[in-house]
Formats: sequence, C-alpha cells, structure tokens
Amino acid sequence: MTDAAETRPAASLGRKYPGGVGAGPHSDLRVGAGPHSDLRVGAGPRSDLRVAAGRHGNADGARRPGLAGRTDVWMMLAALALITLIATILAQTGVVSVSFVKLLGKTLCLCLAALALDLVWGFTGILSLGHFAFFGIGGYAIGMWLMWDRTEAIVAGTLARAELPPTALELQEAIGTQIFGVVGSSDIPWLWTFAGSLPLQLAFAVLVPGLVAGIFGWLAFRSRVAGVYLSILTQAGTLALSLWLFQNDSGLRGNNGLSGLQNIPGLEHLPQSVISLWFLWASAAALGAGYVLAAWVVSGRFGSVLRGIRDNEARVRFLGYEVEHYKLAIFVGTAMVTGLAGALYYPQAGIVNPAEIAPIASIYLVVWVAIGGRGRLYGAVIGAAVVSLASSWFTGGGAPDIELGVYTIKWTDWWLVLLGLSFVLVTLFAPKGLGGLVDIWTQRRATRRDDLGPDQGSKRAEEETP
Amino acid sequence: MTALLEVSGVSKSFDGFKAIDNLSLSVAEPELRAIIGPNGAGKTTFMDLVTGKTRPDTGSIRYGELSRDLTRLSEAQIARAGIGRKFQQPTVFEDQTVVDNLTMALASPRNPLTVLLRRPDRRARAAEVAERVGLQTHLDHRAGTLSHGQKQWLEIGMLLAQEPRLLLVDEPAAGMTSAERERTTEMLVEAAKDHAVVVIEHDMEFVRRLKCRVTVLHEGRALAEGSLDHVCADPRVIDVYLGRPETADA
Repeated sequence: MTDAAETRPAASLGRKYPGGVGAGPHSDLRVGAGPHSDLRVGAGPRSDLRVAAGRHGNADGARRPGLAGRTDVWMMLAALALITLIATILAQTGVVSVSFVKLLGKTLCLCLAALALDLVWGFTGILSLGHFAFFGIGGYAIGMWLMWDRTEAIVAGTLARAELPPTALELQEAIGTQIFGVVGSSDIPWLWTFAGSLPLQLAFAVLVPGLVAGIFGWLAFRSRVAGVYLSILTQAGTLALSLWLFQNDSGLRGNNGLSGLQNIPGLEHLPQSVISLWFLWASAAALGAGYVLAAWVVSGRFGSVLRGIRDNEARVRFLGYEVEHYKLAIFVGTAMVTGLAGALYYPQAGIVNPAEIAPIASIYLVVWVAIGGRGRLYGAVIGAAVVSLASSWFTGGGAPDIELGVYTIKWTDWWLVLLGLSFVLVTLFAPKGLGGLVDIWTQRRATRRDDLGPDQGSKRAEEETP
Repeated sequence: MTALLEVSGVSKSFDGFKAIDNLSLSVAEPELRAIIGPNGAGKTTFMDLVTGKTRPDTGSIRYGELSRDLTRLSEAQIARAGIGRKFQQPTVFEDQTVVDNLTMALASPRNPLTVLLRRPDRRARAAEVAERVGLQTHLDHRAGTLSHGQKQWLEIGMLLAQEPRLLLVDEPAAGMTSAERERTTEMLVEAAKDHAVVVIEHDMEFVRRLKCRVTVLHEGRALAEGSLDHVCADPRVIDVYLGRPETADA
C-alpha cells in the first residue's frame, strides 16, 4: 500500500508547493534533513524502510475499516459455535451436567457484559463502575414476567377448584399475596403493571437500562464530569439502586429478589436439560451478535473518535466532534446490551436479588476486562470467561485444598486473594492482559527488530507496539 | 477584505492574573497574521478564547458573515463553524495510524449517528492530504512512531483536512529542523492565499519569513500592529520584547 504512494511524492510536492522542488533555499528540503529525502535519495535506507513499512502495513491493516478485526470476529464466531456444539453433544450424551451447561451459558452472558464494558472503558476511556446495575435491571425486568406468569398460572389453577369461578379482582389479590407475601404485602406495585406481558418486559429489559444510562450520562457528561469522579458517581448510583432494591417497599420483594426464574411459563413440560441448552444457544448467539456489533462500532471513523476521546478528549472537541454526544451514545448503547445480557443470564441463574447489583459486581466486571486486556474486544471476552470460570472452579470446591502442615489453604477463602493478586500483577506487568498473549501469538512482533532508521521516527520498532 | 474574526474588548483573568486585558483584534479573510510576544503575553490564552476552551470575562468575539458570537458556542461548534487549531505541542492520536488521524479530521458530518452508519471510503482523500504534508509514505504508520517534525506536519495536515476558514497555528516551527521550517513556512503562506491564518510564534526569524502583518502582545494587550519592521521600530516593543537579551538574538 505504500508502494503506490512512493512513486508520486516528488511530483506531487512540486505541484502543491512549487518552491519545494526548485533550487535555492528549498533544495535542501529534499536532499537534506527532511525525513523523506532518504526515502528517495539513499538506496540503502530505502530498502530497509520498505520492509519496515510493509510489515507495518500488514500489522495495522487489520485495524482498517473493511478489514476491521475480521480475523478475530471469525475466530470468535467459530469458537462460540464450537463450544456450543461440543457442549450440546456432551450434554445430550450425559457427560456434562445440566448445571455445567447453565454455568457455560451464564459465562457467555457475563462475557457479553464484559464486552460492553470494554467498549465504554477500553475504547472510550469511561471507567464505569456501575455497568453491572444494567445487567441486574435486565434480570429484574425479565424476572418480573417469569414470576408473574408462573404465579398467575398456579393461582388460577388453585382458584379454579373453588365452587365459584374467581373474579379478576380475586385473581389479582391472590397473585399479589403469592408474590409479595414475603415482604408482608398483597398490593401489586405499579412497577408490575405490565408484568404479564412478555414482549413489554423484554423491551423493558433493554429500554430501562438505556433510559437510566441516558439520564445519568446526560447529566454527568454535560457537566463534563470525567475520570475518577465519574467512576465514583457511577459507583454511587449503583449503590443507591441496590440499597433501594433492598427495601421491602421497593415493590421488587426486597432482599428476597425474584426467584424461581428457571421455570419458564409455557415450557413446564420440558426438562431443565433441554431448556438449559436453549439458553446456552441463545447466550452464544447473543454474544456472537454482540461481538460483531462491537467490532463494527469500533471500526471506521466512529471507532477512531471513541479511541480519540479516550486518549485526548480536548483534541477531539477541537476537531468538531461533540464528545458528550459520543460518550452518551456509547454509554446508553452498552447499557442496553448489558441489560439484554442480564435478561439472558438470570433465567439460567434462577434468582436475581439486590446483592447482584451491589457495587462489587460492577468492580468484578472491571477486573475481568482488565485481566483480559482492555481496548481489545477478544480481551474482554477471554478475561470474563477465564476469570468467572476459574472463580466457579475455586469457590465451587473444584480446586483441591493445599495442605501446608500448619495451615490449610482453602480455595473458597483464598480465591479472592488470588484474584486480587492477579489483578495487581496484570496491572503492573502485563497491562495488555491475557489479550496481549493473543498478540504475541498471532503477530510474533515481540521478537527483536531493527530500528526504523534514524529519520523514520524517534522510537524504535519495539517501542511502537502500544 | 472583510473581517472574519473580530475580537473586541476581551478580558480574561485567572485568579486575579490578567491574562488578556481589553484586547481588540481583527483578522480578515484571506490574511496571514502573526502574533508575537514574550512568554506570558497571553498568546495561548488568546487561542483558547477564540476556540472556546476558555470563556472571556468581558468582551465579545464575533466570527463570519453572520457575526456569530463565539463565546456562546461549544468548542466543537466553533470547530465546525470553520475554526481550526494547531497546538503548540504536536497533539495527534499516537495510538492511531496517520490515515485514521487524517480521516477523523476530514471535513464531513460529525454527529454520532451519521458517523456510525455512513461509512464512505475516504482513504483517498486522507492520502491526498498526507501528500500535501509529505506523509504519503507513512499512511499506515502509527502516529506515535513519527518523529517530532512529522507529528507537527501530521497536525498541520489534520488542520488542512478540516478545511477551516480560520487557522490558528500555535508555534508551528517549534522543534523543527531548518528544512522543516522552510516547508512549514510555505504551507502557511500557501494556506493564507484563501484562508485566514493566525500564527503564534516566538521565533522572529520564522515570522520574518512569513512576510505578514504582525501583532505584538504584551501582558494581554495588543502593543503594536503592522509589518515586522514597523513594530520592531516601535520603542515600546523594543522595550518589552526585543530589549530582552534572550530574545534579542532571535
């Protein structure tokens, strides 16, 4: 791609800047110190440069629109298809349990949430410590329908056995008592107005996170709150939401949360082994679609602007881009995707409660993205998958305890220490995270290379990798 | 020649320090104007005021045929109105390629939805601009790997790509070799043929080569205005600026 351009420069320079090619004080422009002179005059450095430029072209070409991360998109889709296929076969033959399939499905949903956070944090530089709240809101929205519809069916069945057919009011009261009895109430809160409608609650799972993010983002970004202050605000917002949900009169069953979500109304005749597979496929499809969407968003000029905002917000403003609008767009968009991920996650988990929305959950999300490698899409997915699976393994008793004679390391206690330690180590020594390993593997650019030449940049080739 | 930028009676103070003190200045289109002055004269604050980075305490800054009041517009709106800025330190997006940097700067719709959905291939246009600033062989290089002078040029390229009517250029020649300065001069003179160009400079030799009208700033006020020879003959200018030993030899 550089060859075509290389044949033209002298002529074109002459055209645009007549003085540039002529004699007099300008002649030194081409022969002297100008960085381009070597390119054309010196034969030796030129050939070296061509090689270097060629390598650059290949390396950076993957980031160009049109080619935008195509390899990693296909790899991700293939990996998802493969995982889903293998898990399905193993589940059908009874090699893996239903709970393992659910764990896998849930992990894919967490990967989708991490992917969304990577767009916000890794690409746009907004460290949101509240994205998991959107995940929880999505879960609550779908959970309300699941609980309502199932309770309605059970209550209707019970009342139908009475001598007189129940009135609509009786039915409502019975549902209210059934659902809200745990918090000492039988009134149906206004929040549950549309709980009987699956399409509406599904829409809410996406739209409510979008609305919340929109209001929050509009207020915060408009006042140019950024950096650590914004992080604290998002954290405070998440905390406020979870504290509100903990209250019994929030209308969402207080700290009991919504439960029994694994029972899908209308699918009672199907065993969990089948339903869990459906959810696994749906989660894989959502992650795949989310990955393609994310890759599309971060490619081209939109992606350039996002990364520009991350690296130098003020400069992007002076180029004429309304930084606030871009931040708001990405904040709202990722909130909606996260809400969708939550709506897929909680029917597999079976229960959603305010503890899920607590700030620590959002911090975990950040840790996953950091360990996976922020600023690269596959990094977020790998990080979320590896860390959350490892977490399940360690805390679920999968990892054998280590006997030290005087002390026994129980991983259920020590897992958090290990996680914290790996977070610190990754931050200090491998800022690119696990995703950086992919770079080394695919590009093999870590090997020593010659300098780019005295005039071709103040940095050497090794320094060029970000 | 009609005034494109009309700065009148502008003052700005930071914590009691008067960075700009009742400054009035008018720039025509096309025109090449140099603003010189010792450190702390308010040159960069002047740019910040025009580009909307800071707001004046008093006074007005009017721009264009409609005399829009720039003090009411956001930085991005001012940029879209046709005012481009080049920073003193080369400020390019080091993590992105030369082409990405230029594509971002190219004049085109800026609202998020259009940028996201409409994706014409504008590599050719970016390459054209790269050619104008001599970076045509570096299209796919990361901007961070460019030399200091090349970064300066990339930023000038980004400025040209924006197709602004008014170019504000802050110390374009800082850290450049003499050959690079030469070319920068040409670019600015060329651009000033059909644009309004305001150059802030420290280096008298560079200003002399621009052969343009000069405004001398001192303590936030316009001390003198005219050709370089004219202002250099002004005793007040000699007193505050040229009289200083460290700048006399420049």
